[in-house]
Amino acid sequence: MISLLIAIPAIAALAAVLMKSHLWRRRLIMGTALLHLFLTLAAMGDGGGIEGWLGLDGIGFVFLGITSILFLAAAVYATGYLAAEEEKHPPRSDFIESKTVFANMPEAIFTACLLLFLSTLTLACAAQNFGLLWVAIEATTLATTPLIYYHRHHRSLEAAWKYLLVSSVGIALALLGTMFLAVSAMHPDSVEVSMSLADFLQAAPRLDTMWLKGAFIFLLIGYGTKMGLAPMHAWLPDAHSESPSIVSALLSGAQLNCAFLGIARGLQVCSAAGQAPFARELLIWFGIVSMAVAAVFILAQTDYKRMLAYSSVEHMGILALGTGLGGAGPFGAMLHAVSHSITKGMLFMLAGNILAIYKSKSAHEVAGILKISPVNGGLWLAGLFAIAGSPPFGLFISEITILRAALEGGRTAVAALYLILLALVFIGMASPMLAMVSGQPGKTHPENRSPATIIPVAVLAGLALLLGLWLPGPLLHILHEAGRLLGGS
Amino acid sequence: MVGIIDFVMFLLVATNLALLESSRLKTCIWLVAFQGMALGFLPVLVGYNHAGSIGLHAVFVGVISILLQGVVFPLLLMLAVHRANVRREIEPFVSYNISIITGVAALAASIWLSRFLNIPASAGGTLAVPMAFFTIFTGLLIITSRKKAITQVVGYLVMENGIFTFGFAVMPHAPFVVELGILLDLLVAVFVMGIMILHISATFDHIDVSRISTLGDE
Repeated sequence: MISLLIAIPAIAALAAVLMKSHLWRRRLIMGTALLHLFLTLAAMGDGGGIEGWLGLDGIGFVFLGITSILFLAAAVYATGYLAAEEEKHPPRSDFIESKTVFANMPEAIFTACLLLFLSTLTLACAAQNFGLLWVAIEATTLATTPLIYYHRHHRSLEAAWKYLLVSSVGIALALLGTMFLAVSAMHPDSVEVSMSLADFLQAAPRLDTMWLKGAFIFLLIGYGTKMGLAPMHAWLPDAHSESPSIVSALLSGAQLNCAFLGIARGLQVCSAAGQAPFARELLIWFGIVSMAVAAVFILAQTDYKRMLAYSSVEHMGILALGTGLGGAGPFGAMLHAVSHSITKGMLFMLAGNILAIYKSKSAHEVAGILKISPVNGGLWLAGLFAIAGSPPFGLFISEITILRAALEGGRTAVAALYLILLALVFIGMASPMLAMVSGQPGKTHPENRSPATIIPVAVLAGLALLLGLWLPGPLLHILHEAGRLLGGS
Repeated sequence: MVGIIDFVMFLLVATNLALLESSRLKTCIWLVAFQGMALGFLPVLVGYNHAGSIGLHAVFVGVISILLQGVVFPLLLMLAVHRANVRREIEPFVSYNISIITGVAALAASIWLSRFLNIPASAGGTLAVPMAFFTIFTGLLIITSRKKAITQVVGYLVMENGIFTFGFAVMPHAPFVVELGILLDLLVAVFVMGIMILHISATFDHIDVSRISTLGDE
């Protein structure tokens, strides 16, 4: 089953390159996304796999589920988005954004890279082996670099180069961390090195503490770069603001989580080896620093896509913090990852719709969305409250759970910092986002965007709301299991 | 065999120091290719040193590594240099003299640091681990201190060489699939980087990364 989940998108990617018809290619991406979600749900409980290499545990399943749902939403959005972009290719003089004329990458390659991205993300979620996990996460970087460069102009090229180089260096450090981990398990009398997670967990009490600590530091810095933890987040705002909105949605909603998976696996081994306090303390402070950096940049932000990108840095910080706190924290962090992915995916897709209407990413040049497009405006408003963690949305529940974990763990200072930073981010995001919705619209370029660019956004908004009101039993069960794997209660 | 491994380590240090002071892009590309080829012999040497025989697995990994690093990468990068029509790295952020001094200091620090590490007995000689750290540092220094996109790719390759040195020397028996996956990822990474450089030179008429910086927070 898991092998199928990985193979189907990869085969579909190959087919997408060979296909000539745009229409059929869009049907292909939709079909693949639907099939992927169906198979993911079918794999719940027992997905099979290959002993020591592939398998779905709680954490892997949570992240795979998010990826699959978000990819389906992105695929629906893509059919509308690509149809609108197709009319503009080759470039006409009105195809502008910030006064630059540009062309697009061929749609076949774009679709193929999206599908390859899905395949590599699935592999990362299912990898039960540190070497394989590294290969999968590096492969996600390579599949997404062309996606960021979809609009062929100099700014997206700069963003793609920065992304490729910074991520590759980060990932290389994670490889070093992986090797340190292998060294920690080596014995003078044995030569075979198994990189499988199960073997590490079993051998944990006998691991060499110094190499293990070194391994966790390098895994945290390496995968943390890919996850967007400050201060290694330099690539993130550029890549998110320059890539097409569905790519931003998938980067924020799916890829950052999968990079966290690399750190989570390291934490599992550390916990089993009795080094949890060391690893958790690091996670807590990387989390707080990420939140603080994001708050500072959000307060001074005028570009609404960059603002959303910094918000991702903030939420990745919360994810790390929640995991580091222990107790109810890891469960809260897993719930946070689910809610954040859905909410951020929705907001990035909306940002794409707004960008199409106003042709500007500056929040100052956007006003009166409610008048021009009430649906987009209303959803943008809902999105603001959802991402800021106000009730009744899902992020409220997870942020409260993490706060509770901090207080129960006796970390009053951390809890205070956490609350202050959350408030700062809310202020920083609310004023530009509210101003965008209200007021008199200036110059706009309303297009007849197909309902395909609205429906997935509305569905995601519904899910974000649902997560705040009611958590279905099976989801709760799997989130608790994932939390337990991360050392929670 | 330890003698030969130590000789490879000597080549590693020599190429690192040469890379830190070369400004010609073609020289840098050949230096890193030479370094990669020298490293390609490590799996076989360390394997023999450890087990007393030459394993098929080690030979295979070594041959692929030598082909990639010695033939495929230099050809790709040379193509990029040719198309982008650049010859030299001009005025790096950190001057060549300071780069060399930093490099030598890093070499000393790596050797000093490694004395505190509990290195498994299976490692190929005592030099491998400090030299791996030094190579990783050299790669990072090149990436951060040079301005041309191609030199940054060279720096990335040097860094990977350092990580491979560590891997080959300390764990000669890593799973084959993983080693292959890592090499494949490296190949695709360099390929994508090469394509990006071609796009950068076509869009900007230069590949000077310090001059493409329109993005950022005001």
